[in-house]
Amino acid sequence: MGTGTVSKMPKIKRRQFLAGAMAAGPAAALAATTKSAGAVEAARPSVPATPQTAGDTQAPSALPRLTTNGKVGGDFMVDCLKSLNIDYVVSCPGSTFRGLQESIINYGMNSKPEFITCLHEEISVAMGHGYAKIAGKPLASLVHGVVGTQHAAMAIYNCYCDQAPQIVLAGNVGQGTMRRPGVEWAHSAHDQATIVRDYVKWDDQATNLQDFAEGLVRAYDLSTTSPMGPVFVVADADQQEEEIEHEKLFIPKLRKRSQPTGDAVALAEAAKMLVAAENPVIIAGRVTRTAAGPKLVAQLAETLQAAVIDDRARMSMANRHPLNHTERRQAAIRGADVVLALEPYDLYGMLNTVSDLIGRPSQPIIRPGTKVIVLGTTDTQIKPNITLYARYTSADLGITGDAESSLPLLIQAIEKEVTPQRRTALATRGQKLKEQSAGFMKAVYQQAALAWNASPVSTARTCAEVWEQLKTVGGEYTMSSEANFLSEWPYRLWNMDKHYNSMGRSVGGGVGYTCSASLGAALANKEHGRITVSLNGDGDLMMSPGVLWTAAHHKIPILYVVHNNRAYHQETMHLQRIAQRNQRGIDRAHIGTTIDNPNIDFATLAKSMGVYAQGPIDNPADLGPAITRALEVVKRGEPALIDVVSQPR
Amino acid sequence: MSRIVWMLGVGVLSGVVGLSAALAQNAPSGNVANGKKLYETVGCFQCHGYVGQGGAAGPKLIDPTPYPAFIVQLRAPRQVMPPYTERVLTDQQVADIYAHVKTFPMPPDPASITILK
Repeated sequence: MGTGTVSKMPKIKRRQFLAGAMAAGPAAALAATTKSAGAVEAARPSVPATPQTAGDTQAPSALPRLTTNGKVGGDFMVDCLKSLNIDYVVSCPGSTFRGLQESIINYGMNSKPEFITCLHEEISVAMGHGYAKIAGKPLASLVHGVVGTQHAAMAIYNCYCDQAPQIVLAGNVGQGTMRRPGVEWAHSAHDQATIVRDYVKWDDQATNLQDFAEGLVRAYDLSTTSPMGPVFVVADADQQEEEIEHEKLFIPKLRKRSQPTGDAVALAEAAKMLVAAENPVIIAGRVTRTAAGPKLVAQLAETLQAAVIDDRARMSMANRHPLNHTERRQAAIRGADVVLALEPYDLYGMLNTVSDLIGRPSQPIIRPGTKVIVLGTTDTQIKPNITLYARYTSADLGITGDAESSLPLLIQAIEKEVTPQRRTALATRGQKLKEQSAGFMKAVYQQAALAWNASPVSTARTCAEVWEQLKTVGGEYTMSSEANFLSEWPYRLWNMDKHYNSMGRSVGGGVGYTCSASLGAALANKEHGRITVSLNGDGDLMMSPGVLWTAAHHKIPILYVVHNNRAYHQETMHLQRIAQRNQRGIDRAHIGTTIDNPNIDFATLAKSMGVYAQGPIDNPADLGPAITRALEVVKRGEPALIDVVSQPR
Repeated sequence: MSRIVWMLGVGVLSGVVGLSAALAQNAPSGNVANGKKLYETVGCFQCHGYVGQGGAAGPKLIDPTPYPAFIVQLRAPRQVMPPYTERVLTDQQVADIYAHVKTFPMPPDPASITILK
């Protein structure tokens, strides 16, 4: 750790090209074999001079140094990673970070951080994304210079959109004179972060090891401060590989930083509006960062006796809580006179409908005169190019502060505002809301029964069968996938009351997120003994099927249930819509969107990579036993996959 | 301006008359087998499911509305359902689809399903 001492920075020896030894040819080889190993470095056999030709400006090279004797830069980089408590480095190997990788596995002995091998950088970074949402802290992903960064780009984008922390390290051979001919020139850049700068929170490309240390710690600090996001740090190959000589390097201590909280005056104003409201509604966006998140949202709702709509960007409120009115989302928002939006990432979309018709007509959901309060930091970290920020939407009060950190202060302010008379009115309102929510499950079960015995298997049946087995683990599970393509059945049928029971969406919508982020979540869950279940789209899994090999190789327990509707079904519906709009070819929307003919055999695919698998299952009666067998494998600490031939939604 | 308003009024009136005629119609006889084929090729199942169970993308069709309302919704749908105009689906084809939709089985009573408790 840092001593506060400013280090001297003497010249680091340069690597010397092997070209000199190659030019020496057999004479040098013969000379080397007659000398002892210890004398190799000191030997300087004569080297025939390279003939000087006109225009040749290179001096003949001395013989290369073949070994190092002490600590190398990569070792120091590992010290930096350890100082930040980084448990894993996820990576597809690449030569631009060979030095750091060797340091991880030999100097660091492949422990905290442990090197997790992935078969594509998109898998690496998506794993980091999912890991952070469950572990509550980032890991490091390590990507090959330029090409690895490009492979990782979509996953970095999803991570950025979802405001999840991650340290993305990229290799680079910064000095031109150090690049081998050919591939190292294609895999290096002066400013590699340009590739991803639009969707990382910060980036750094250090000029020396001390710079690297300070940059990495700053990167971690920024990544984990609300609004969170991935950061991109270049690890120069020379810095990794060179021996550290005569340098006094130190690693600054990470600041213990609090999350930003809302201004007390603004929170008091919000409290007044909410307590005075006849029908306040809370819309919970990306609120939850820790176990406190759902508890605070529930406490807020109970203090106000207000309905909560969970936007499902994270697990923001227990789904069976009587004040959780997500089942009647539109009706609840329409009836509100005050809306409190917590960490919304698309406030316009929360308060308006936008129909996918010609002209994209839009209608407000809220009534005229409804007051809107926004609490969060989500929309304070935006960049101009990518239009993630959605439409600018008016609010009567905007409070800048991390929602989870600000909620205790808001709750206190509300409690101060509530008079005994007002408390009676709130209790009456709360009672009505509870009576309404008592009828939700009956309607849910009636809908779930609709295609109960159908083949292909209904999504309700699949989710109900999984839950039947999962409920025996006492809530120690994570649903790591999104549920909108499954008609939200897990949120409606399962019992979710812990912050890790679901981890929300990618937000960026880059397909391929689910299978890899799920494995990252499973990696985080491993130490807790939790079951991770991914209800995974077939198209998503085919974007990164190599994730299955990583799961098997590293023995990461996870249950993949493939929602195999044999299509990029969203796109099939889009094409259908346009064909109907144009009044032609309405029976041709399958062209370019379906994944059939041949049908992919996901069970065989998984088995080929060492994953226990069953399927394809198209008889719903076979599902229960299949899930039982698969969960036994997962509980033993290994991955499993079930291929379910499914209804479209 | 008054001529335009008059023309618009005639257009609306024609539409209303046409719709009224449709509303007055009983379901014509339809071919179930062809209706199933159409249901699966022209995209109905994408949103409504193979057995009309519905979901997040579209409402259920099990135990459908009477035919006159069915064809009105098909031709000039409310909300975001894309339209199936006469150019792409004839009245007979609509009748075939309706005949198939009428065959969707009623669901079991959820109270009889052990795991739905």
